[in-house]
Amino acid sequence: MFEAILLTVITASTPLVIAALGELVTERSGVLNLGLEGMMIMGAVAAFATAQLTGSAYLGILGGILGGGIFSLLFGVLTLTLVANQVATGLALTILGLGLSGQLGESFVGMPGIRLQPIVIPLLSDIPFFGRVLFSQDLIFYMSVALVFGISWFLFKSRTGLKMRAIGDNHGSAHALGINVVRTRYLAVLFGGACAGLAGAQLSLVYTPQWVENMTAGRGWIALALVVFASWRPLRVLAGGYLFGAVGIGQLHAQLLAQSGGIAIPSQLLSALPYVATIVVLIIISHNRRTTLINTPASLGKPFVPDR
Amino acid sequence: MKKLIIALAATAAALGGFAGSASAQEKKKICFIYVGSKTDGGWTQAHDIGRQALQKALDDKIETPFLESVPEGPDAERAIERMARSGCALIYTTSFGFMDATVKVAAKFPDVKFEHATGFKAAANLATYNSRFYEGRYIQGQIAAKMSKKGVAGYIASFPIPEVVMGINAFELGAKSVNPEFKLKVVWANTWFDPGKEADAAKALIDQGVDILTQHTDTTAPMQVAAERGILAFGQASDMIAAGPKTQLTAIVDTWGAYYIKRTNAVLDGSWKSEQIWDGLKDGILTMAPYTNMPDDVKAMAEETEAKIKSGELHPFTGPINKQDGSAWLAAGEKPEDGVLLGMNFYVEGVDDKLPK
Repeated sequence: MFEAILLTVITASTPLVIAALGELVTERSGVLNLGLEGMMIMGAVAAFATAQLTGSAYLGILGGILGGGIFSLLFGVLTLTLVANQVATGLALTILGLGLSGQLGESFVGMPGIRLQPIVIPLLSDIPFFGRVLFSQDLIFYMSVALVFGISWFLFKSRTGLKMRAIGDNHGSAHALGINVVRTRYLAVLFGGACAGLAGAQLSLVYTPQWVENMTAGRGWIALALVVFASWRPLRVLAGGYLFGAVGIGQLHAQLLAQSGGIAIPSQLLSALPYVATIVVLIIISHNRRTTLINTPASLGKPFVPDR
Repeated sequence: MKKLIIALAATAAALGGFAGSASAQEKKKICFIYVGSKTDGGWTQAHDIGRQALQKALDDKIETPFLESVPEGPDAERAIERMARSGCALIYTTSFGFMDATVKVAAKFPDVKFEHATGFKAAANLATYNSRFYEGRYIQGQIAAKMSKKGVAGYIASFPIPEVVMGINAFELGAKSVNPEFKLKVVWANTWFDPGKEADAAKALIDQGVDILTQHTDTTAPMQVAAERGILAFGQASDMIAAGPKTQLTAIVDTWGAYYIKRTNAVLDGSWKSEQIWDGLKDGILTMAPYTNMPDDVKAMAEETEAKIKSGELHPFTGPINKQDGSAWLAAGEKPEDGVLLGMNFYVEGVDDKLPK
């Protein structure tokens, strides 16, 4: 049974990890995009529609990435070129995405979905327990793991990553050094949107292969909290995402075990556990001001107007 | 965006109203307020199918404008008031959360008739209507007890309100009428609508050993999980057979159309009165989806029970019934008042859960 629960946790955690990783990169470049939920749902509808129209779940993944990415460009144009307020634009993007996806997906409601099939990796999947759990997964799970380590390397080991973090910490100085702030931020926003779209694709192709309006049901907001929770570190996003996922699944099993054990734990309290966990961790990490400040992009959310 | 959609829809409805009054003076406006989108695949869609049936049945006499995705709260009051001002003769507000808003607007427009779904506050021009969903759940319980190999079913519940508790109890009573040892495991998802969470709840129940699933949440996600895991399940609010052609045993289908036609006719001929209506299988306000994926004898049993409930011969809540702790609730042959059912806040014997308070 433990193996079955672990598989459920992986499915529940993967979209949170992917969406949060994308947002992490965007925020490391100094841009705060609160439109995560909107980009995710656009990815979900684009992925589902593409899979239905082409008959291929893999093209569906591509559709999801493009859907989220293209939608994020709207945010880019508004906040980077037109220098609109990032918070307001992000919120507008979420509301627009939820409405627009409902409209676009209207004809797909109730259609049986196309599930993304797992890829069983030979030899590795023969390892008892962990092999079966970790190496018989679908492509999006493998991508999520690759993204964690890829982004870690990019941010902290590559030259471009260093430049991007410099922009996020002080866009004025970075600009003075001749780094193209706006172009880098466009790419970071686009990457964030593509990741959100991929996370959305996981929802409509793996988690629950179907399309219904509002199917993200607040996961974009949880991913947004996860970035802060992880204090802008990719590996902590991975850990935090799985913690959130495990608490969510664990509380369902806890309800059932509590029942057969005859102990009454209010299910509302158990449902609130992920949020309680977030608050506790936020208190713990903000306790040490210095480490918090080191990781927080100092220019986060501030508009940048190049002075020629 | 939601507000914008509402504003646009209201404008369109108002314009439509003017056009309507200019071209066909005698056409009455029967209006609908929806909490969700009309293609949500569940609750609101069922109401919209009812509205379409109404329009089709009385096409030459009425028009049926609607507002969708109206949030519960202050916006609801504005939306309902706008509808009332646009000249609606009868307004259906189709979510429990519209209750107080409907009461307020109804007081301001004494000449307009209002009907509020699943609520309990009425007025001279405000009726309430609801469906005896528990009748369908009793039949489901009987089927589950016949079809389950392990003698334990899983129930995905939304919130611990009387409506949901009543459904759980009816299911358990139905099951126990076939197999007195039958157990019911309940998981509270604490949401009406979250495909992912509903799927997680379904997986948790299956991993804990149930081999039949039923749900009181809105999406087809649990049906889909049941299909993947090769167990059987019941649909909710709409026929969910498309999500599990080899999985769905039957579904409780909300068929509001018959009710809407009956009450609209009453408005048209002037016989409409404010009532608190609670219709069931016999009135056609809910129907059972075709009995599928079961042997003929189980199907025959289900059909027989359905007929008995329709004829009034069988009331799912008929004593002797004990409460969960074993204390007596109903004596042999005793039936509860409707008010007791509508306020139900305890489990009957056999439900394997502690009711959240």
